[in-house]
Amino acid sequence: MSAGAAATDSNALLVVRDLRIAFLRGRQPLLAVDGIDFQVAAGETLALLGESGCGKSATALGVLRLLPAAGRIQTGEVIFAGREVLGLSEAEMRAIRGHGMAMIFQEPATSLNPVLTVGRQIGEVLDRHHGLAGLAVEQRALDLLAAVGIADPRRRLGEYPFQLSGGMKQRVMIAIALAGTPRLLIADEPTTALDVTIQAQILELLRELQRQQRMGLLLITHDLGVVAQMAHRVAVMYAGEIVEEASRDMLFTAARHPYTRQLFAALPDLSRRRGPLATIPGQVPPLTALPVGCRFAERCAHAWELCRRQTPPWRHVAATHRLRCHLNDGSGLQPDGHADQRARDDDPQSPVHDSPAAATPPLLAVTDLRVHFPIRRGILQRTVGQVRAVDGVSLTLARGRTLALVGESGCGKTTVGKAILRLVTPTGGSIRLLDRELVGLPSRALRPLRRSMQMVFQDPFASLNPRLTVGEILAEGLQALAVGKGAKNDADAIAAILAQVGLDPDAGQRYPHEFSGGQRQRIAIARALAVQPELLICDEPTSALDVSVQAQILNLLATLQSELEVAYLFITHNFAVVDHLAHEVAVMYLGRIVESGAVDDILRASRHPYTRALLSAVPSPRLDRQPEFIRLPGEIPSPAQPPTGCHFHPRCPQAQTICRQDYPAPTALSPTHVIHCHFPVSVDNESPSRQAKRQALSTTKLA
Amino acid sequence: MDFLPVILWSDLLLWSLVLVSLVLGLLSRRNPLLRGAWRRVGASRAGMASATVLLAYLLIGLLDSLHYRPRLPETAAQTAAADEPRAAYAVDVHSLLDRLLWSLRTRNEKTYSEPLATRAYAKETIEVEGPGGQRLQQRDYPRLKHGGAHLGDHEAGRHADIGQRLLRAGGLAVLIWLVTAAWVATARSRATGGTPVQAWRQIWRNQSAFAWNAVLAAFAALLLSAAAIAFLAGDYHVFGTDKVGQDVLYQVLKSVRTALVVGLVTTLVTLPLSIFMGVLAGYFRGWVDDLIQYLYTTLSSIPGVLLVAAAVLMIQIVIDTHPQWFVTAVERADLRLLALCFILGLTSWTSVCRLLRGETMKLRELEYIQAAQAFGVADLRIIARHILPNLMHLVIIALVMDFSSLVLAEAVLSYVGIGVDPTTISFGMMINNARMELAREPVVWWSLVAAFAFMFVLVLAANLLADAVRDAFDPRQAGAA
Amino acid sequence: MFAYLVRRLLYAVPILIGVNLLTFALFFMVNTPDDMARMQLGVKRVTPEAIAKWKADRGYDRPLFINSAASGVGIVTETIFFDKSARMFVGDFGRAEDGRDIAREITARMGPSLAIALPSFLLGLLVTVSFALLLTFFRASYLDFWGVVLCVAMMSISTLFYIIGGQFLVSKVWRLVPISGYGAGLDAWKFVILPVAIGVIAGIGASARWYRTIFIEEIDKDYVRTARAKGLSEWSVLFRHVLRNGMIPILTGVVVVIPLLFMGSLLSESFFGIPGLGSYTIDAINAQDFAVVRAMVFIGSVLYIVGLTLTDLSYTLVDPRIRFE
Repeated sequence: MSAGAAATDSNALLVVRDLRIAFLRGRQPLLAVDGIDFQVAAGETLALLGESGCGKSATALGVLRLLPAAGRIQTGEVIFAGREVLGLSEAEMRAIRGHGMAMIFQEPATSLNPVLTVGRQIGEVLDRHHGLAGLAVEQRALDLLAAVGIADPRRRLGEYPFQLSGGMKQRVMIAIALAGTPRLLIADEPTTALDVTIQAQILELLRELQRQQRMGLLLITHDLGVVAQMAHRVAVMYAGEIVEEASRDMLFTAARHPYTRQLFAALPDLSRRRGPLATIPGQVPPLTALPVGCRFAERCAHAWELCRRQTPPWRHVAATHRLRCHLNDGSGLQPDGHADQRARDDDPQSPVHDSPAAATPPLLAVTDLRVHFPIRRGILQRTVGQVRAVDGVSLTLARGRTLALVGESGCGKTTVGKAILRLVTPTGGSIRLLDRELVGLPSRALRPLRRSMQMVFQDPFASLNPRLTVGEILAEGLQALAVGKGAKNDADAIAAILAQVGLDPDAGQRYPHEFSGGQRQRIAIARALAVQPELLICDEPTSALDVSVQAQILNLLATLQSELEVAYLFITHNFAVVDHLAHEVAVMYLGRIVESGAVDDILRASRHPYTRALLSAVPSPRLDRQPEFIRLPGEIPSPAQPPTGCHFHPRCPQAQTICRQDYPAPTALSPTHVIHCHFPVSVDNESPSRQAKRQALSTTKLA
Repeated sequence: MDFLPVILWSDLLLWSLVLVSLVLGLLSRRNPLLRGAWRRVGASRAGMASATVLLAYLLIGLLDSLHYRPRLPETAAQTAAADEPRAAYAVDVHSLLDRLLWSLRTRNEKTYSEPLATRAYAKETIEVEGPGGQRLQQRDYPRLKHGGAHLGDHEAGRHADIGQRLLRAGGLAVLIWLVTAAWVATARSRATGGTPVQAWRQIWRNQSAFAWNAVLAAFAALLLSAAAIAFLAGDYHVFGTDKVGQDVLYQVLKSVRTALVVGLVTTLVTLPLSIFMGVLAGYFRGWVDDLIQYLYTTLSSIPGVLLVAAAVLMIQIVIDTHPQWFVTAVERADLRLLALCFILGLTSWTSVCRLLRGETMKLRELEYIQAAQAFGVADLRIIARHILPNLMHLVIIALVMDFSSLVLAEAVLSYVGIGVDPTTISFGMMINNARMELAREPVVWWSLVAAFAFMFVLVLAANLLADAVRDAFDPRQAGAA
Repeated sequence: MFAYLVRRLLYAVPILIGVNLLTFALFFMVNTPDDMARMQLGVKRVTPEAIAKWKADRGYDRPLFINSAASGVGIVTETIFFDKSARMFVGDFGRAEDGRDIAREITARMGPSLAIALPSFLLGLLVTVSFALLLTFFRASYLDFWGVVLCVAMMSISTLFYIIGGQFLVSKVWRLVPISGYGAGLDAWKFVILPVAIGVIAGIGASARWYRTIFIEEIDKDYVRTARAKGLSEWSVLFRHVLRNGMIPILTGVVVVIPLLFMGSLLSESFFGIPGLGSYTIDAINAQDFAVVRAMVFIGSVLYIVGLTLTDLSYTLVDPRIRFE
């Protein structure tokens, strides 16, 4: 299989040949990585791209020989700086780990030792690989923290991980990795757990460090946007194999493998207008049942008989571009040319219908909603403060429309959803659903109204009770709200709703663990829709799913809306998703809505500096369309002690004195577009910093 | 009727426990998650071997839990007095096990004798017939009344006799085992659709999903020891006799029931309480939580032994001041045993309660509970449908984990004097009695060793099964161990 | 932190009152002072006068909770409950049935109890943690497997057998140390050494297996992978990273018993004839001396609550997350 591999470049830092990694389940070894080859040169970034479960993390751990106990490297060569690594003794290997090759992990929150100070965790590496001690360690650690952009490094040195924010933890991880002056850095989804603005900072940092130190970087990611920003070359993995490898430019302009092409098509993208997303049908085959032949054949629109019989060999289509696909390789049968366009979707037509919004009275009207959680301290546990999770949010939503509530983690957007459903009790304000006030309504009186509003949760694995059958799960709402008339009708209703979300009717007899993540999310949607609500609150329904599955769910939601006239309050941190579903968008920051408007107002004509920064930070999976990144200093402050004046002012590039003093009143820029900002950014393409200067001038003149 | 059935409270609880677990076992077959967990238990070799051993203990315990009072032979006077003879029943209560072990129970010696001995352990002055036919007084080890009595004057043939019996026992055990193994293989082959030989090969190589080879191996060990004891016990005291000449084997077998009652009934009576309190505290929080937390912190802050001591002393006083409650001594002892179970339960429910409270608090935040709340499902229904089923694995784990520690606790408490009634035979009482004998010269060791061996095997099997159950039911532990 | 401690101590008051009420109820609800008198006097000397005198001598002739005959504070204070239970809050434990002052007895017996319990505890902790670390280091090997089997076998043996077996072998067969008794001052060592050794060995099985489970659980965490990726050796990973984190759950079970060490060990003290609080308790139980049992219950609960507070304090030592809250 490795015959077609690119000839080993003599200056390659890391060469992996025919690596096979298996995990033991019971006595049966399951091949997670099946004969992959790649190499990384010094100063080069190779992105290993793939969906969850394709073996990319196992590859990274295998290279460092850090596989968990059940993992085994079966065959293969890993040559690092000319040395075969797999044959080394454990002691020799330890000298390479951290020194030759270092690694940063996905979850900075759990990857740092919670009970050791930052200084000790960095110092350990300096001691191990450079034999430094005492003051030298401290000095070097300070340098490293400064190098990864941590302000006030001397204070941070004595702090523990829990005292740092997520972004800072990942910076510390990078500092630990850099401490051994590695020649190769392996980064396993380094920004997946972070917010977009922080992700952009970290990616920038990694790029900068790599350029300075001429490190090789093996970047493992599922995010095409990250790849577009970071990689020199890309290897696409699918079900344990690399299926396509190309330079970044080649891959983004002329991807050849159907899987890669489908990934691009399935990706919601800011710069593309709404419309149905292409989806990849089915799901990644489980390791227990890997198909013979091409592993993607089952889901491929072009597959024919040969694909299911024979594993395609490597084939070079350009000097830096090779793939494993029978398509157009001259092996006989050719598929029809327009198969690529043949949408294998649940729904072909454009799902988001632009009906006029205003005519009907709003289905949901939230005014000045506040949810505060008390902070208790002291001997008598007196309330000494409030966490203002939601602090005066107003929004309206009409029947059959979608409002996207966008914000970074901790901004209170999920709490808004839960407060509307009364899963948390609002502290104040008003929520009117179907013209009835919900706040203060006793739970018995609220019950009939629950039929009208339902929720779909983020984690498809935690949102279904594992002990109940799917039928029982779906019937729960029908019974609790007495929607159906008896068991017979319930059963019919369940079969109907299962069909509606694209599941087999016999799914009702099965248990949740028999379904994949995407299917579970369909069940969760079906559960909510079974009681025929008019309002569906979707709390990040796709953030736990792979790109291809995410597209399926987004399309399903769009179809359901057009069929059922249900309104969505779509809570998300992902701007790219918004465009495909939403009519209106509201952007939240620290418990308040800073800007709201029609989807075009926000995505294409935003006037708030926060929204603009957020938009600019979303990595685009297109090479040409990445807007200039507006760097926000610092991170989101704690909602227990929000900054005075405009909450955003400490991070705002154009903040003035007035911003520090007064919270800006709403300004209506158009009938739909409302903004809370003293100095709205003008719509032209002027960079915010220049504009800030101009505005600063104008305000000083006024004063 | 020849006998009057007597149902002791502990009998009732023990049997209903068996019944309930059977029903629950059948019910849990319907749920694939539980079925999968049980299947993992079934695949564990240590677990299944232990289960086999525990079944043997359970059999002994259950046989010992069917009580009756035999009918007294009617005296002539009675017959004359009444036209309709009113049956009179003995005041002492026997169990089915007593009936089976009747010879062990009745063939008492005068005092200590070594295992398999034919003569007593201490010299006595005995009369022997001298060469001239005259009576001579002599100090010697006297022959036992029952132990090896069948040998008559051929005392020297004891070893040969024992060897022969062991051989016969071994032969029989092998025969029974072979029949059982063949039966299992045939049944398996019918289920899987192969030949019995193939099925046997699978079992032998540990390729069957259920750990049949472990079960059969444990069964073989059990058969061998049971057969050997059975063949010897007819004419010898296999484990010797104690101070008052009672057969130690009998005592050991009777102790099994006490251990089972303490280990099983205790958790049974406390589980409902700890589940109820724990779920309530974890789900409703607020003042309910504060109150329940206060309750269990208070209870657990009292040193366990002292609480048990105080309670047992009180119970004893109640029992002593109300002799009219009990028809028989066995019933009185049984009440004390049950009281001990309740008291032990009172001191041990707090930890399970705390565990369940924590788990409920975690579950409460899960999204499927929130989804149910979004439907306005009533709290009690949420608890019944969503919380309790997802706590079941913890309850099962707690049940099996507690068993062995309770059996050990019984021994210690009985030693301290606050355990079972002095007339109840238990491992603790045996150890307590035997402890003094170690100080004798020469040492009387067999009581202690017999109690040790039976107790060790019981607790070890329980611990191993508990491990297997925990590994199978605890999703977190499954990967680690 | 200070506020927290104060709150904790305030919380102890209702718990101690609860403990007192509970034990008091246990003793007096079923067991009237008349019953007690009858039992203590013995069958022969029971006459109504003797009972009345016995009760009056010991203050049991008062009402249980509320004395309606008294006036003012006396309604509450001139009762058996106040006299026998509430006074314990100020360290007044009264007298035992044999007339000796309980408080003095307790102070005198604390020393021998500690002489056994403290070394057993410290040595036991050291041995079990080391054994657990060793098993963790060799995890998934035969050493680990048989180590765990050994632990399970050892925890399946009753403490009674450890004591009896140890006494029999060491004292009787090998005649290394006296079977039982206690000496003053440094001479005590030969009486102490065997109970301590047995205490340590009897505890290995359960604790070592539990600690191993904790360590194994820690070893699968992400930060351990980070430590390995730094190139640290397996022992550094274990000692510097796993042990520090594993100590947090271990402390929960361990620190809470430290104050209870004062109470001594019931079994070994009575087997080895150590004049400590453990044997005092057992003697009191056997003699049905409720005054002593009540006092020991009270002291035990106080020490337990001290232990809980200590546990929380010790967390702040090992867990910075709590220290800085």
